[in-house]
Amino acid sequence: MKQSVTVNQPAEAKWLRVIRTFFTKVNIKKPTFNLSSFLKKVGIPLVSIAVFIGIWHLGAEALKQREINFRIEKTLTDQGESAAAALKACFASNESTCQTNTLPSPSQVWSSILTLIADHYVIKQDKEAFAEKTAAVNAKREAAGKEPIVYTGRPSFVDIVITSLKTVFAGFLLAFFIAVPIGIVIGLSDKLRNAFNWFIQIFKPVSPVVWYLLVFMIVKTLLIGTSTDNSFVISFISVGLCAMWATLVNTAVGVSTVDKDYINVAKVLKLGPLQKVFKVILPSSLPLIFTGLRITLSVAWMVLIAIELLAQSPGLGLFVWEEFQNGANDSNSKIIVAMFVIGIIGFLLDRFMLTIQNMVSFNKSEGI
Amino acid sequence: MKKMKTILKRTISVITLAVLLNSCGGKEKKETKAETKEEVKTTGLEIEKPQLTFGFIKLTDMAPLAIAKDKGYFEDEGLFVSVEAQSNWKNVLDRVIDGQLDGSHMLAGQPIAAGAGFGRQAELVTTFSMDLNGNGITVSNDVWSKMKPNVPKDEDGKPIHPIKAEALKPVIAEYKNSGKAFKMGMVFPVSTHNYEIRYWLAAAGIHPGMYTAENVQGQIDAEVLLSVTPPPQMPATLESGTIYGYCVGEPWNQQAVFKGIGVPVTTNYDIWKNNPEKVFVMTKKFIEENPNTAIAVTKALIRAGKWLDQPENRAEAVKILSKPQYVGAPESVLANSMTGTFEFEKGDKRQMPDFNVFYKYNATYPFYSDGIWFLTQMRRWGQIPETKPANWYSETIQKIYRPDIWKKAAELLVKEGKIPVEDIPQTDGYKPATTDFIDGKKFDAKDPLGYINSFSIGNKDK
Repeated sequence: MKQSVTVNQPAEAKWLRVIRTFFTKVNIKKPTFNLSSFLKKVGIPLVSIAVFIGIWHLGAEALKQREINFRIEKTLTDQGESAAAALKACFASNESTCQTNTLPSPSQVWSSILTLIADHYVIKQDKEAFAEKTAAVNAKREAAGKEPIVYTGRPSFVDIVITSLKTVFAGFLLAFFIAVPIGIVIGLSDKLRNAFNWFIQIFKPVSPVVWYLLVFMIVKTLLIGTSTDNSFVISFISVGLCAMWATLVNTAVGVSTVDKDYINVAKVLKLGPLQKVFKVILPSSLPLIFTGLRITLSVAWMVLIAIELLAQSPGLGLFVWEEFQNGANDSNSKIIVAMFVIGIIGFLLDRFMLTIQNMVSFNKSEGI
Repeated sequence: MKKMKTILKRTISVITLAVLLNSCGGKEKKETKAETKEEVKTTGLEIEKPQLTFGFIKLTDMAPLAIAKDKGYFEDEGLFVSVEAQSNWKNVLDRVIDGQLDGSHMLAGQPIAAGAGFGRQAELVTTFSMDLNGNGITVSNDVWSKMKPNVPKDEDGKPIHPIKAEALKPVIAEYKNSGKAFKMGMVFPVSTHNYEIRYWLAAAGIHPGMYTAENVQGQIDAEVLLSVTPPPQMPATLESGTIYGYCVGEPWNQQAVFKGIGVPVTTNYDIWKNNPEKVFVMTKKFIEENPNTAIAVTKALIRAGKWLDQPENRAEAVKILSKPQYVGAPESVLANSMTGTFEFEKGDKRQMPDFNVFYKYNATYPFYSDGIWFLTQMRRWGQIPETKPANWYSETIQKIYRPDIWKKAAELLVKEGKIPVEDIPQTDGYKPATTDFIDGKKFDAKDPLGYINSFSIGNKDK
């Protein structure tokens, strides 16, 4: 951080020099931070975001214009000039009845973000009002040993994200507890690995939709007769089963490729089988297991949308689907908001896993 | 990589800040709201199950549910109801039968088919009829531009309604000659839409295909291949070119106009004036275990229907329905059909005061005769594969349609002064015979076999 700003770097871009001369000309005090590394860390991502938004904006505008042109042309051939002129004026006035149904622009998406946040507060108040309204009834019901009345309104966007996170974590834990033990067992034995190989190869590429249907068939029959809403159970089990294969394979590979020397050391020290697994095999196969877990987590987050949609579990998947069905003027931009939220949360989850990996393993690895 | 880590750290701190900001605020208004709401009114009915979940499909005719919830009619009865949008009609049926939903907005044909031997069997009951009319048939822009020259026009050059399927006949032939099967969408095999689009096509001599016990696709001998698409997906399916037209409830016809992807050609009001459409369905088990709850639910829905049919309330109803948790379509689209008009070609908006009827003409009463019409159509198209005697029709429908519960609810409402006593029809459950169909055929629910035999296309019974 102490590097001087004036050091001349050959790879420096022209604009960087321009900025620097600007700084010296306006006689700003020498910045106490390293400008070039600051620009690299913050400036470059910011510039790339700006470029992305710019391209998006231009693309959205072009698509919008294309749709408007087509519809005016169509009206012109079908209904004549006056109708086409009316439609043109309608589009120009940006009325709610004349909106295009194409890719929303960045500003539309931004206003949808604000709507969703405002909506969250409205629902929060609603919930509080509901709790007060039902307080008396609930007190009576509790005294009679019955279940209290719960909120009957719709969930806010924040609730939706929380539901999705819960589903993913439950599914991830399920995958963890199934895949890691099985992976260790089949990694230790060649015979078992051969026995399981066909099974893994066949089930690994099965699509989330099919997993959902499979789990649906089984869970529905197991819970037959009860009328509880099992959409959450079905969705987290489907997510777990769909996502566990990467961990299973990586664990098996990691365990089976442990350095022979380590095994020999274990033999010399006369470690028992359990001790051998926990003291030698697991630590040395951790990097591969964690790579598998990271893939599992990202697959879980990815398939979640499809599974929630099918299971009618009130998470992001259902949100996206319902907005698609609504076809309201802001539906497309809400879908894009959900897309970004899904992407950002997926990114954070991956970083989170990487942090844990670096905490527990010897080889420090870097994220891409 | 240190760079990534610092980015991560920064993101985390930004998020924590956002969460902190989130949790503050929003508490100020708490007190003012609670004061305005009165104590929940007692109805004298002991509610067995106050917490209920009802399902619906995103269609304007789910309005009674949305209104009963939003205007607090359910809570007036001591019911706390969540309403959940469902993905398709099969899902609705399964979830009601399996008990995940306590009741649902359903196609009138669904509880009937479930009790008459087509599709999944279960004991379902209809206590409340949600609306009359409300559907339309929409064709793609391409089909419309080929069909339009065949439609008779008035002196202003506007098409004369009702448009009959005769105008579509040459278009189907043209598609056939170029090697394309003419495909249209409807929402469910036992939906009103399936029977209406079949009725419309068959009235012009176009064969929509038969069902048999072995073949439940309903495409045997078909000139038009009908297939199932969930209502909210209709416009998108039409746009992608998978189907060339569809029959669906609102707002999905107006949505096609609004988005410029298709043109509605007729409404079911023109096919059969004031035909029954959606119903509210619970399981027989539920109403036996919770008889008072069933009555209370019906009461709230009748009040909602009454509120909806006061013309001055329709604008507010549109606002409520356009909320994302109900229908969610833009207000302008919903308003097109909900406020007494219907837009055919873009710009060709016509008066249709009875397009959506929720209360008038005893719309909420579950008439046996309405149910029998569905049974006759199921038999006509072979969904009921074998001949049934005339008395089977009335016996079957009396197990499913339960006007007794409707009457109990309505009588309580009269006592509470919420509806006038004239609103309870003096009837044996059969509407008088009518000829209000696009082809002028006479329907008398007391002679189902005679009605079935009067059609040139379809099964005949002795």
